[in-house]
Amino acid sequence: MQVAKRRITILALLLFVCGVAAPSRAQQGRLRVAAAADLQTAMPEIASAFQRQTGTAVDVVYGSSGNFFAQIGNGAPFDVFFSADSGYPEKLEAAGYAEPGTSAVYGVGKIVLWTPAGSRLDPVRDGWQALLDPQAKRVAIANPDHAPYGRAAVAALRRAGIYDRIKDKLVLGENISQAAQFVQLGNAQAGIIAYSLAVSPAMRDGKRWQVPAELYPPIEQRAIILKTSRNLQAARELLKFVIHGPGRAVLAKYGFAPPAN
Amino acid sequence: MEALWLSVRLAFCVAAALLLLGMPLAYWLSQTRWRGKFLLETIVALPLVLPPTVLGFYLLVAMGANGPLGRLWMAWFGHTLAFTFAGLVLASMIYSLPFAVQPLVTSFEAVDPRLLDAAAVLGAGRWRAFRQVLLPLSLPGVITAGILSFAHTLGEFGVVLMVGGSIPGVTRTASIAIFDRVQALDYHAANRMAVALLLISFAVLSTIYAMNRRVWSPWPAK
Repeated sequence: MQVAKRRITILALLLFVCGVAAPSRAQQGRLRVAAAADLQTAMPEIASAFQRQTGTAVDVVYGSSGNFFAQIGNGAPFDVFFSADSGYPEKLEAAGYAEPGTSAVYGVGKIVLWTPAGSRLDPVRDGWQALLDPQAKRVAIANPDHAPYGRAAVAALRRAGIYDRIKDKLVLGENISQAAQFVQLGNAQAGIIAYSLAVSPAMRDGKRWQVPAELYPPIEQRAIILKTSRNLQAARELLKFVIHGPGRAVLAKYGFAPPAN
Repeated sequence: MEALWLSVRLAFCVAAALLLLGMPLAYWLSQTRWRGKFLLETIVALPLVLPPTVLGFYLLVAMGANGPLGRLWMAWFGHTLAFTFAGLVLASMIYSLPFAVQPLVTSFEAVDPRLLDAAAVLGAGRWRAFRQVLLPLSLPGVITAGILSFAHTLGEFGVVLMVGGSIPGVTRTASIAIFDRVQALDYHAANRMAVALLLISFAVLSTIYAMNRRVWSPWPAK
């Protein structure tokens, strides 16, 4: 019994030491990218195309722009941040986290009204009226407090004059992905989501109606290279690839309009 | 799967560290007669009540590049504490602290104090009494503390989400990876990982519980 206990103790200590000392994936030459949730369809293609062209691997983390803003402000080790808006990158730049001169708009997002394929609600046929149907018990949008697509959704609803009539039906996703997930799984009957997510394999069979662009301020999505990047050269190359290179075509494929200039 | 291995490694590290550091604290709590003991017990229990994302956010601020802990770490090691595996270990230790300390305190308190007195009378110092009297008699409680810390850390999400940054191979644990797949609407991958996590947890926990009766208890199995 004594021997068994001793062996187990030693094993446990070894595991502990190994655990803490174990080297993690080598960081040499890999880019770490923080990408807004609406880029989940476009960014994987861009990342693999970039790797094929330059040999630099890109690790992408998706999440809400607001969360990345908080993390980057506390030293998160990303090289490039692709936000879903311009506000967060501008704030980071003002606070000194961005590599000077690297802030650039990479695309303009679009929102759509989406319902699942088998739904009786048809935004293609009825537009906004689909939301007023009693069958639409819950409508999912991203949280307008901090999610750019949520802000756009609320702006559009207000301009269309139906916000007050459906605001009690709204359910808020922490980011645009979670909003899409709510409606895709049937917990909400309709949702205002990013076009780029509506054309993803899981959602492209649904009914989508593009919300008229004049109803909401343009979702200008901005990227910045972070000052703490250890790979500035590769980061610059990635940004150029996305904005001026093959990345443009991929973004266009997923519904992003090119930057205004 | 990288993420699963990361979760298991994190859970082992945290359980081991909490047992190591929790025992002195639990020993003191079980033996002291200080009137302010309830304050320390409350502080230890706080992570139970605080929402993990809230705890995670404040740990992020403390361990980040601008926070007190983060700056200290930066001065020693040249990089941030947040967004590293070590940072996750530290954050998880705070998050799982009550799960380790409370069973330890309970089992230490259950040991008859007269046995400790007898040890003292026979000339054993406090460390020897701890090692040879208190610890063997409270081994089931120690094992419980280890299991609970392990299990709790394995399932940790909110704290890791805030403090980890979901960096593949470094801080993207299984719970984060599963959430990522769900967010990407890739339910097949999410299901596969969730089932794997469930099986691993079941295997580890049932092994330890099975051994608990026969190997660890000084009394014959019931």
